[in-house]
Amino acid sequence: MSSHPISFTLNGAATALEVEPRWTLLDVLRRQCGTTGVHAGCEHGVCGACTIIVDDVAVRACLMLAPQADGCEIRTVESVAEPDGTLHRVQRAMREEFSLQCGFCTPGVVMTLVQMDEAGADEDAVVEALTGHLCRCTGYQGMKRVARRLGQATGAEDRQDG
Amino acid sequence: MKPPPFDYAAPSELDEVVELLAEQGEDARLLAGGQSLVPMLALRLARPSFLIDLNRVSGVSGIALDGNLRIGAMARQAAILADPVVARELPVLAEAIRHIGHLQTRNRGTFGGSLCLSDPAAELPALALMLDAEFELRSRRGVRTVSAADFFTGPYSTAIEFDEVLVAANLPCVTPDTTMAIREISRRHGDFALVGAAVRLRVGADRRIADARLSWFGIAHQPIRSVVTEAALIGQAVDGLDCADVGAAAVAEIEARDDVHATAGYRSRAGARLVAAMFRDTLEGFVE
Repeated sequence: MSSHPISFTLNGAATALEVEPRWTLLDVLRRQCGTTGVHAGCEHGVCGACTIIVDDVAVRACLMLAPQADGCEIRTVESVAEPDGTLHRVQRAMREEFSLQCGFCTPGVVMTLVQMDEAGADEDAVVEALTGHLCRCTGYQGMKRVARRLGQATGAEDRQDG
Repeated sequence: MKPPPFDYAAPSELDEVVELLAEQGEDARLLAGGQSLVPMLALRLARPSFLIDLNRVSGVSGIALDGNLRIGAMARQAAILADPVVARELPVLAEAIRHIGHLQTRNRGTFGGSLCLSDPAAELPALALMLDAEFELRSRRGVRTVSAADFFTGPYSTAIEFDEVLVAANLPCVTPDTTMAIREISRRHGDFALVGAAVRLRVGADRRIADARLSWFGIAHQPIRSVVTEAALIGQAVDGLDCADVGAAAVAEIEARDDVHATAGYRSRAGARLVAAMFRDTLEGFVE
């Protein structure tokens, strides 16, 4: 069995480990690195629960093989809030807009929203990006309200439609 | 849901890729964006003994304008979608990519990966067929060019030999007398198309169709053109063209497939109406 030494930056920290090429980045993040906020859902790129940010773009962790992470800068949901627990504006908006319930899909949704927030995306682009996530309990209306808030530079409240 | 074991290399030069392909033989597989191949590995639908990762190869992801638009095989779908040259010179390519998966998969998914996988329901193979794209294939034996008409040979199969790698594709740019469109019907945005079509029309100063291309995806077992309808359209007046007839004729040439997602009958009926609507909307730009 071939084993590959890789190193990458995970949530700001240098990380080095040995991986088998058949391992997905999802499994390595959960099992070797302990970042279990990266959720394993469908494991074939459909549900979006494992979405992380690699080199500043949102991707499916289950669709990257572990050795492909070599040299990358990886961010998971663990990095989003401040170290003192202060929530990121994306997380705050999700809480205030009731856009999560069981929380299974949430870490992936947060990472997509963080990329959109950093890119300064408008509401339509944020809503379209959310189509890459399946939520099986809360539904999408709360997420769409978050999209609206992010799409408005002011983040002003506008909850005319539910 | 875990791939079987395989060996792995991530070369940085194209020369190394073709050497590895020649050495490893038919059990090797190229890994592009991985948005289809990695699930196929996880489901064990693909079991290569050796995976050659193209993600670190230099010089194969550029988008260049040189008369034609040359798109590197490893250009990310997201990069093409955001590219101002594509938006200006070949907006139908960006339109096609908007239908592919989602932001998160387009960030990794590549132009060449989609073409080489040649999923019958994928947008880019049908678009390449509509555009008469030229594919640049490289192996240790040299470089050869294959036209889109010869490239797609069946469901999930192409003219690429096991020792070859797709380097780039050349696509013609849109011209003032040409109009292009791509559309599809799918259950949700980002799903594979139940039926879709790509159309290109060139209209002469006499307001007659000078050239027509119509390719399909989703409907049959591979991307396919309605060549009889294309030929019949040439010389027809733009004003008063019966678009419903065009749609019906175009779909009648195609043997639609049945599967769990839709019946052949549904695909045919929906395809006829889709193409009729595309012609109506496309020709609107030419009608006075």
